[in-house]
Amino acid sequence: MQYANLFLAGLFQAAILFLVACGLQLIFGVQKVVNLACGSFYALGAFFAITAVGLLHQWQMPMIFLVPALVLSGVLVGTVGAPLELLLRPVYRRDPSYQLLLTFGLLLMFQDVFRFFWGAAPRSMDSSLYGIYGTIDISGLQIPVYNFLVIGASILIAMILGLSLKRTRIGRIVRATAENRNMTEALGVNSSKVFTMVFTLGCILGTVGGALVIPTSAASMTMAAELVVEAFAVVVIGGLGSMAGAAVGAIIVGLMRAFAVSLAPEVEILSIYLVVVVVLLIRPVGLFGRSAS
Amino acid sequence: MSAVFDVISPRIRPRPKPRLLNGVIPFVVLLAGLAIAPLMLTPYSTVMLMPALAFGIALLGMNLLFGYTGLLSFGNAMFLAVGAYVAAAATQAGVLHFELILIAAASLGGLFALAIGALCVRFTHIFFGMLTLAFGMLLHSFLFKFYNLTGGDQGMRVLRPMLLGQDWDMTATQFLSGPFYYYCLIVYVLLGLLTWRIVSSPLGLQLRAIRDNESKARYLGVRVYRLRLFAFVVSGVFGAIAGAMLGVSTGLADPELAYWPQSGNLIFMMILGGAGTFVGPGVGALIFVLLHEVLVSSTAYWRFMLGATLVFLVLVLPEGLIGTISNHLQRRVRGDAQ
Repeated sequence: MQYANLFLAGLFQAAILFLVACGLQLIFGVQKVVNLACGSFYALGAFFAITAVGLLHQWQMPMIFLVPALVLSGVLVGTVGAPLELLLRPVYRRDPSYQLLLTFGLLLMFQDVFRFFWGAAPRSMDSSLYGIYGTIDISGLQIPVYNFLVIGASILIAMILGLSLKRTRIGRIVRATAENRNMTEALGVNSSKVFTMVFTLGCILGTVGGALVIPTSAASMTMAAELVVEAFAVVVIGGLGSMAGAAVGAIIVGLMRAFAVSLAPEVEILSIYLVVVVVLLIRPVGLFGRSAS
Repeated sequence: MSAVFDVISPRIRPRPKPRLLNGVIPFVVLLAGLAIAPLMLTPYSTVMLMPALAFGIALLGMNLLFGYTGLLSFGNAMFLAVGAYVAAAATQAGVLHFELILIAAASLGGLFALAIGALCVRFTHIFFGMLTLAFGMLLHSFLFKFYNLTGGDQGMRVLRPMLLGQDWDMTATQFLSGPFYYYCLIVYVLLGLLTWRIVSSPLGLQLRAIRDNESKARYLGVRVYRLRLFAFVVSGVFGAIAGAMLGVSTGLADPELAYWPQSGNLIFMMILGGAGTFVGPGVGALIFVLLHEVLVSSTAYWRFMLGATLVFLVLVLPEGLIGTISNHLQRRVRGDAQ
């Protein structure tokens, strides 16, 4: 039964990872920029969520609003992506190396933004909140309902995102811009606006992921750089630019981490990267990737 | 027609190639400056300058890989760690000859680079960057988790080595700012000349051909895979040598050396000075180390300032300091000629 527990813990991690990786994929898919700062947005979401939950306490709101409040705080703080996208504009048509460097610069800057607003020590919120929604008894195991809510929210977000990209007018415009920016511009699409929107949406996915993880673990200065390597593993396994790939990659990485942490803690990250290496050897573009760049 | 294509694919645009300041002379000036610096600085400040030498050596290799061959590695910090841990393991095992340590570090760094590069250089651009980052983190997590072997987050102590078979009887600061500084400087000179030899040879021309147009280079018979691997191995060897020096100067080999933001810092230095110019990365390393010292001592928020500097560089001076100055001079010289 220990395994069922690990499996659910893995799915929870996968749900969070999926959100961040999804943001990374969206930005890469449309803007062709690999956002090294995705980890910073995740951390930003986490830190901001602690402040938001503090406010929830202050205003004496019932704690049943925890999940909506976390998602809302993530969405709110994720909008800082819009002004940051302006910084990226000059480098879209430059060598991808410069885009990596620019987002690395943002990552460094964010580190001190967190230090300035939230201090250097790890911050966590009232741990009793984790159990606020009660637990579900699965053959003797007490699983917090919160985990299921997050997994559900992640699936819901994935479905909304997928459907709106496939079926709506704006989704079609986004996909067309990803395919050929100049052609869509010729057809009258304001592609700058599309880019701002997509980048902001990618950031919001990251901040919401960070906000949702906060009831289970502390927000710390190191979480940004740590998440970047996990999110990278996810997108490399799944294939750059593919949403389905992000989902499958997140599940693989999430489950592997959960099992490795409790069964063989020494090889936690090692095991993930072994999968990365194997996938790249067998299928260089990732499981769901299209032709190599 | 060509105008139409320009509109459709603005990515294809000749990059201005700095020519002036791109020779070996500015590099000699930089080294001369580093050689006389200890005469004017306190021993303590000279020790602060040590990382500039080590990073300079690592960047000679990285510049060959990125500036000349066009592969941006986000994992080269792993070679620093390889070198530092070799130095730690060797000095703890009683092997104190620094020459042997350097050879061991270089060999192990080269082997690592050969194995990892064989997988990685099949990819370019972002995939290459992500893969090298992955391997760097693989090493980091190994160093971090295998406590019995590597000391985990505590790292391993690096004892003072013997230089040229001699035991130097002096304080740590005296040793580092005196004999060790000049020892490293001489290694820097030798490796610099070796790199200059490579980039100014037909081999260097082939590397640049790969950077500028891979398929064209291939058609011309350049063995792209093999040469990319060569450049990666050189960057690994140089990185490991630099790592051994860093380990001795701080007295510690710790896993943070392999952490991926450290690779980011290396790239930062390279871009700061100007990738693709021969002297640029060395200048970048020097300025980065000085900037880092000044910022750390003057503000708690030095990361923000460093990050802002990087963003500014990418947006305004993508050719780096040396590249920009060189372009400017070139334009003036050409202007005078016309």
